[in-house]
Amino acid sequence: MTEPLLELRDLDTEIAVRRGAVHALDGVSLRVMPGETLGIVGESGSGKTMTALSIMGLLPSGGRVTGGEILFEGRDLRSLPPDEVRRIRGVRMGMVFQDPFTSLNPTMRIGAQVAEPLRVHEKAGRAEARERAVEILRRVGMPRPDRIAGNYPHELSGGMRQRVAIAMALSCSPRLLIADEPTTALDVTTQRQILELIDDLREELGMAVILVTHDLGVIAGRADRVAVMYAGRVVETAATRELFRAPRHRYTEALLESLPEAADGERLYSIPGLPPDLSQPLTGCRFAPRCRHVTDECRAADIPLTGDTHQFACLHPAANQDQLHARVRPERAPAAERPPLLSIRGLVKNYGQVSAVADVSFDVAPGETFGLVGESGCGKSTVGRLAVGLERPSAGRITLDGTDIAGLSGRERRRMHRQVQLMFQDSYAAMNPRMRVDAILAEPLEIQKVGDRRARIDTLLDQVGLSRQVLERYPHEFSGGQLQRIGLARSLALHPRLIVGDEPVSALDVSIQAQVLNLMRDLQQELGLAYVFISHDLSVVDYMADRIGVMYLGKLVEVGPAGDVVRNARHPYTRALIDAVPTIDAPTVEGLTADGRARERIAIEGELPSALNPPTGCRFRTRCPLAAEICETEPPLTGDTHQVACHFPLRPARASGAEVAHQ
Amino acid sequence: MTAPVRSRWRLGLGVFAENRLALVGAGIFLALAAFSFLGPFVWHTDQVHTDLASVHLDPGTPGHPLGTDGVGYDQLGRLMLGGQTSIIVGLAAGLLATLVGTIWGAVAGFVGGWVDSAMMRVVDAMMSIPALFLFMLLAAIVTPSVTMLIVIIGAFAWLGPARLVRGEALSLRTREYVQAMRGMGGTSGRAVRRHIVPNAIGTVIVNATFQVADAILYVAYLSFLGLGVPPPAANWGGMLSDGLADTYSGHWWLLYPPGIAIILIVLAFNFIGDGLRDAFEVRLRRR
Repeated sequence: MTEPLLELRDLDTEIAVRRGAVHALDGVSLRVMPGETLGIVGESGSGKTMTALSIMGLLPSGGRVTGGEILFEGRDLRSLPPDEVRRIRGVRMGMVFQDPFTSLNPTMRIGAQVAEPLRVHEKAGRAEARERAVEILRRVGMPRPDRIAGNYPHELSGGMRQRVAIAMALSCSPRLLIADEPTTALDVTTQRQILELIDDLREELGMAVILVTHDLGVIAGRADRVAVMYAGRVVETAATRELFRAPRHRYTEALLESLPEAADGERLYSIPGLPPDLSQPLTGCRFAPRCRHVTDECRAADIPLTGDTHQFACLHPAANQDQLHARVRPERAPAAERPPLLSIRGLVKNYGQVSAVADVSFDVAPGETFGLVGESGCGKSTVGRLAVGLERPSAGRITLDGTDIAGLSGRERRRMHRQVQLMFQDSYAAMNPRMRVDAILAEPLEIQKVGDRRARIDTLLDQVGLSRQVLERYPHEFSGGQLQRIGLARSLALHPRLIVGDEPVSALDVSIQAQVLNLMRDLQQELGLAYVFISHDLSVVDYMADRIGVMYLGKLVEVGPAGDVVRNARHPYTRALIDAVPTIDAPTVEGLTADGRARERIAIEGELPSALNPPTGCRFRTRCPLAAEICETEPPLTGDTHQVACHFPLRPARASGAEVAHQ
Repeated sequence: MTAPVRSRWRLGLGVFAENRLALVGAGIFLALAAFSFLGPFVWHTDQVHTDLASVHLDPGTPGHPLGTDGVGYDQLGRLMLGGQTSIIVGLAAGLLATLVGTIWGAVAGFVGGWVDSAMMRVVDAMMSIPALFLFMLLAAIVTPSVTMLIVIIGAFAWLGPARLVRGEALSLRTREYVQAMRGMGGTSGRAVRRHIVPNAIGTVIVNATFQVADAILYVAYLSFLGLGVPPPAANWGGMLSDGLADTYSGHWWLLYPPGIAIILIVLAFNFIGDGLRDAFEVRLRRR
């Protein structure tokens, strides 16, 4: 058997904080074989990033490794002299960080940054280092690398910057590349390009990769083996296919069930409660307080990892059986023909020269969820802000319940706000940090002069499942999921008929996301709410929405019933977007498509054009594999229930829903 | 969470008290203020008539524990008198500067557009002139009195707070919680009252303490240059200046006490400012 390239043995890491210390890692043991990709997956606070930082010696201030060994090529980094360790970490390992916007030095040219490790570690001359830097940039797929070497980071897009970051990590030909959430800040189509690049480079250079991420889909498609972390410990490790096919630890099982794409009924499984506080001493299984299968034994003593190739630390593991199956999703009945609650016609919004929204039209029926998807910069958030009246359109009409909101007087406009409310992505930022929750929830009622605030606030708390005690606390005292509940309660305060959610669950961990999504659905049924659900995450929108609209560069390119849009996309962009989403569905893990055949995927190449000077005609034509001359003229949105704006739709319009059955 | 709710002032005070240096600062300030304002009731001295018979008496001389200065004033009593001027001018000028600067910066930040540009160019222009030069010029034109000193110092010290508050207002105006409030149908007035002012007030108060410390130093500078309030009035800066002339004659008691007093009070205000900064930080509050 070959020696592992990297082995962690019982690694303990602590971070000193204002009062006491957080035990970020507790007895973490992992192995990475040469040339393999190890995925480390976990929710925030699970210790996955701390593991990566401990290996690289980049712990935040106050953090230090307090026990265990970090064996790299058989030598313990903790007992080697500092100079040697610095060399090993600098030359034999490379790291890529999450945010390409802050990991590059804005005052240095790209070429100089990529060349820096060569000059430091290999004492390369200026000219030689530059030449090699250009070569590395070419290798990471940079178009015209010799020119890009002279650019500054701000001149590049997020995806391009992440390529530069990878180039920097690769400059000394490391044996191990640690990628910490390398694609979390990027759009799905860019994410796909970057993940593929990392895969290709790993094969080409024969290096090992540690891929740290919260996204199970990313891991499923890319890693050879997976380690699942929870509250500072590894709870399960196995070969990727094995783990997704038959997760044994109850946490892993619950996590997989929380994914929106795993929903086969109406509700998602949501793990109750919150992860434990790591500054307190803990005994027993750390997942015990949130586990469905907990017994007294689980709390009594620490549970070691057991098993040979598939290890898990659980006393009551899930049965070793195939849990992956192609999910059958019940088609929701289409909303009955009713006059729309929200009607948007020919909506245009320009910021100076920038065309943010260009001629968008759609309707939202009462009680319906309309999902709006697209990548960053496509204008979906702007549509949301226009719909709630936070901004005024440059042209077009927004009708709410039959009334054009542009023509409202100041007073009527204020009343209009009772009908539509906005739910934010980051509820913490959307709450005044100096106001207690009681004041936060009372604010909409005060503004609209609605009586009996106390009773209303009590009802709201009941509806979102929070206790009365939260009223006396400040926003910073809550976790992300709780804040999102408070945000939802505030949006509901005025009995709105429509809530526009702008990425309402994007900042949440999977298990918490499931709680919030369930809550939103329950409230919808209880109160007959309509949602406009804006998200970049197609699987979440697919789960939540009755109908979906897909936006690209300010235009609505496809609208239709959720199932049709996701499974029978008609616009090439929609199809590319869907193909780019990494999922854990059986087909992806098996390398096949839903109908069992290898399907040709549509991948988007290149960069999003500037909204300052968008392409004429179909805005997607510059990146579309099907583009022809006619695409220079604008395609109208055509079709009956499933509309598409494309001259060459991927499939013809369907008259009825007869085909649904075989999907 | 089960603990009874304490008022936000109590919670803030708790955080302030946790900062040892802030407590020390508050203690020093109170001690110096008591010394300057209450001291003269305990320690009676004549600070109006010179007494040329008893100049440069050593410390420890009966009746003069800190000795006397070049014209026979009791040094201890004079420190008290000088402290009064320094503290009054410092506090008043610091607060005046904060008030003017806050209003100016807030208006510029809220209104924005060309109003903001015009108002901030005025600030830039004034900042480009060295303050000390202007002080000297003004002090030469008008006769310095306590009121005059306050106005002169206040007239130039407001530039800092103005810039600070404008920046704060600009960033607070676009916060998501202000947008959320607008989405509920709230007005700009409410945005200012409920969201912008409460969030900016901490910065303003913290800055005010630093302004007071700066103003005390300005008084000292001006007096040191001979542009302070003329005798028989006194202040610590002026005393330091007088003492300096006597350095080589070994009259150390004329130099160190006012110098130390200035250092102490400026430090005290800086410590208090740091403590207030913590106290206004909601995130540090525990229950």
